[in-house]
Amino acid sequence: MRKLRGLAPQLTLLPSLILVAVTVYGFIAVTMVLSLTKSRMLPRFDRWEGFDNYARVWNHPRWEVAMENFAIFGILYIGGTLFIGLLLAIFLDQKIRAEGALRTIYLYPMALSFIVTGVAWQWIMTPDLGLERAFQIWGWDSFEFDWITQSEMAIYCVVIAGVWQASGFVMALFLAALRGINPEILAAAKMDGASGPSMYWHVIVPALRPAFLTAIVVQGHLAIKSYDLVVALTGGGPGFSTELPSTFMYEFTFSRNEMAVGASSAVMMLVLVMILIVPYLYSELRDGDR
Amino acid sequence: MATARNRASFERGFVYLVLLLSAAFFLMPLIAMIFTSLKSMPEITGAAGFENNTILTPPKEPSVAAWGAAWSSACIAVACEGLRSYFWNSVLMVVFAVAISVMLGAVNGYVLSKWRFRGDNIVFGMLLFGCFIPFQIVLIPMARLLGILDIAGTIPGLVFVHVCYGIPFTTLFFRNFYVTIPDELVKAARIDGAGFWSIFFLILLPISTPIFVVAIIWQFTGVWNDFLFGASFAGADARPLMVALNNLVNTSTGTKTYNIDMAGAMIAALPTMLVYIVGGRYFVRGLTSGAVKG
Amino acid sequence: MAQLNIDRVSKSFGKTEVLKEVSIGIEEGEFLVLVGPSGCGKSTLLNMIAGLLDPSSGEIRLDDARIDDQEPKDRNIAMVFQSYALYPSMTVEKNMAFPLRMAGVSKADQKAKVNEVATLLQIEHLLNRKPAALSGGQRQRVAMGRALVRDPKLFLFDEPLSNLDAKLRVDMRTEIKLLHQRLGKTIVYVTHDQVEAMTMASRIAVMEGGLVQQLGTPAEIYDRPANMFVATFMGSPAMNLLPAIAGADGKTIMVGDQTLPLSPIAAAPAKGQTVKLGLRPEWFNLTGEGSAIVARVELIEPTGPDVYVSLRINGERVMARLPAGTEIDAGTERTFHVTLDKAPIFDADTGAALYA
Ligand SMILES: Nc1ncnc2c1ncn2[C@@H]1O[C@H](COP(=O)(O)OP(=O)(O)OP(=O)(O)O)[C@@H](O)[C@H]1O
Ligand SMILES: [Mg+2]
Repeated sequence: MRKLRGLAPQLTLLPSLILVAVTVYGFIAVTMVLSLTKSRMLPRFDRWEGFDNYARVWNHPRWEVAMENFAIFGILYIGGTLFIGLLLAIFLDQKIRAEGALRTIYLYPMALSFIVTGVAWQWIMTPDLGLERAFQIWGWDSFEFDWITQSEMAIYCVVIAGVWQASGFVMALFLAALRGINPEILAAAKMDGASGPSMYWHVIVPALRPAFLTAIVVQGHLAIKSYDLVVALTGGGPGFSTELPSTFMYEFTFSRNEMAVGASSAVMMLVLVMILIVPYLYSELRDGDR
Repeated sequence: MATARNRASFERGFVYLVLLLSAAFFLMPLIAMIFTSLKSMPEITGAAGFENNTILTPPKEPSVAAWGAAWSSACIAVACEGLRSYFWNSVLMVVFAVAISVMLGAVNGYVLSKWRFRGDNIVFGMLLFGCFIPFQIVLIPMARLLGILDIAGTIPGLVFVHVCYGIPFTTLFFRNFYVTIPDELVKAARIDGAGFWSIFFLILLPISTPIFVVAIIWQFTGVWNDFLFGASFAGADARPLMVALNNLVNTSTGTKTYNIDMAGAMIAALPTMLVYIVGGRYFVRGLTSGAVKG
Repeated sequence: MAQLNIDRVSKSFGKTEVLKEVSIGIEEGEFLVLVGPSGCGKSTLLNMIAGLLDPSSGEIRLDDARIDDQEPKDRNIAMVFQSYALYPSMTVEKNMAFPLRMAGVSKADQKAKVNEVATLLQIEHLLNRKPAALSGGQRQRVAMGRALVRDPKLFLFDEPLSNLDAKLRVDMRTEIKLLHQRLGKTIVYVTHDQVEAMTMASRIAVMEGGLVQQLGTPAEIYDRPANMFVATFMGSPAMNLLPAIAGADGKTIMVGDQTLPLSPIAAAPAKGQTVKLGLRPEWFNLTGEGSAIVARVELIEPTGPDVYVSLRINGERVMARLPAGTEIDAGTERTFHVTLDKAPIFDADTGAALYA
């Protein structure tokens, strides 16, 4: 009797556990299996292809573009948000008047969807009508800003919109971390003669290590998943010049009826995330254990 | 002495300059969206009479016509009924998805923090991992499961998907909140004769308002802003607002109506912006604690 | 037959054994205090009595009925926690009524009982407040009130006073003791404050290393400590332990080259055996009572009512407690007297006291 009642907690957890076990772990397994089959429009588990699908993914010119873009986008997006976020956080931490209002302004893009962001930036970056026209009318006649129409440059438009959207979040992370630094440490550093920039460089930035780690992990995993922004901003174009792993996966799975290839690319994306997340989760759970 | 003070005020000036320029950068798209949505197409394209218009000049003849069109008459695919019905699709989806995922998360967090059992940390770790998976890895099997459950393409189907992938987040929020509540409270209640559910409902729920706000805001923004699941799983009748907006802007034929596009984008953005303005503090806490362990 | 019987109870968390076959019998109406250093398993034992933890082995019986397999609420035991554990969302009245509400007592009876207890504890004026609006002492009373309303067979207190400031602690100590005298309920009380233990207990169980080192009245514990741990744990400043060698006649003991008489309570050790001689600081005096002992004065610490004097005897540091105003100079060598009629000796290897 007592034993049975003692199970109530575990039983309440059960529905969620089953849901997650099936829709996260079960589905990962299914997708992995699918990536080894000859599935095209519908999943089928009777014809095996082995690892050839992965070879196809890696040899596909679009995947090559996707990986190249992913590298550009990933590095610039993470680097950009970290730089702007840290800069704004440090500057905001100087007893700034109207800090609340500024913080609100920096962070509001985070409330928007990537679709809205994409739509807005697409409009802003429209040559002839957007920023380009604005600068020309303001007197800078030779100003040109038509990256969004150029295959070579369009991915940087995605970077700009992404950085615009997410820098505020990184700023919030860093600001919270800055405010969490033990004031006694700062006082001690001051007594030891540190001031201004050297204080930041030697004392404060090292204390932000956990915030850096978190920001990199979160932004990195967003960069890997990132799909909506490209769809709304460039539609993957011009051509497929702004292809990312996520758009590749969607295209092959749902438009081209190459489900097995799509599944293989999805597994590749998972692998990327795992490389980033697993060490992080492992250390978090170990340290976080009470 | 004087030069030192000059230097200091120069530095402060520089700090303010950077902060204000950044503010301008962050505000610019919003301003462009609002202005454009209130303009007519001739004004936007700089036709005769509007030669000096830029995306950042305030509308000369403000009009909400584009808003009306975006809401109820703009053409999306074949139907010319605006975003209205999609807006309500999203509302319906959000209400149920948020309610269910937050309630499950609350109970899960309660169990994982206050009724520890062997392997509870492994269970928690398994749930936590669910926060980070790229959803592309589940799209294909999920489409199949929705078919089997006979909810493919429907709003309940979307609700189901959002609940599944919302549970890891809500559980994380509540678990991290409840571990900060002293265990002695639960012990006292057990001695006083309260059982598993009475402890939850009578003792913990009444003090959980802050974390409910965080979880609700997080889930609301996440589900409302979702595009991938909507695009992958919604049938024509169940399409959420973000998918419709993307269709409105990116797949319409003929000349682009930027004012309607921007009005549509604003309609899609307003609910979450409102939440952000009203519950900003909780919004930030959600963002940061969703990312960081407690 | 004792009312509460803790019978060879052990508890392990994973591989660490926190309690090792602890057995304690508690009579009805007794005030039993569990003391011991931090981490010795006091709370663990209390939680097992309450039903919040299951023993790894052993039995717990209350009024001859086995309770270790019952739910906490079925045991008719109330508990007061160190953090008070008041329900933050409920008023004082609702907090106190909570156990009754859970037991399905009618609203009217709840109210009557809460009022009765509130009057007893003089907290009627707080009934409509939330815990956050109470001072530490008031919270403490409410926590006791919540325990009292149920009329339990047994009260458990887990360091209930350690979050109060020193003065309030002394007041509440008296008050709990008065309450105990008035209600006559059995109480098991955990503390690591040995003054609390000495003043409140009808019996004390000194715990250490997962074992009950000694179980007895405060006087027994203080005057006849069972071993060196108990001897040094109870009393402040702690009892001094001096290495000593048993004399040839079985009646004396040698500390270095000074010979002291063996106390009548001590068993005679074999000649030449090395033992430890226990000397409480308050046994020292300059008034010539007891046996003479020469010591070097190292440091003098006036505390107000007393002067603590740090001595060196035969190379060992020894603490003596003398009345305030005692004239004495640091750095001098002089003769003290020490009363030895209660001085225990301990086996140097096992630490066990050697009584006659
Ligand atoms: N749930 C648990 N899991 C593992 N070890 C535990 C657990 N609870 C207690 N312990 C360990 O058991 C030992 C005894 O703990 P307990 O809380 O009973 O000590 P205590 O005597 O009450 O100490 P204190 O005076 O500090 O309250 C400690 O070493 C503690 O670390
Ligand atoms: Mg304890």
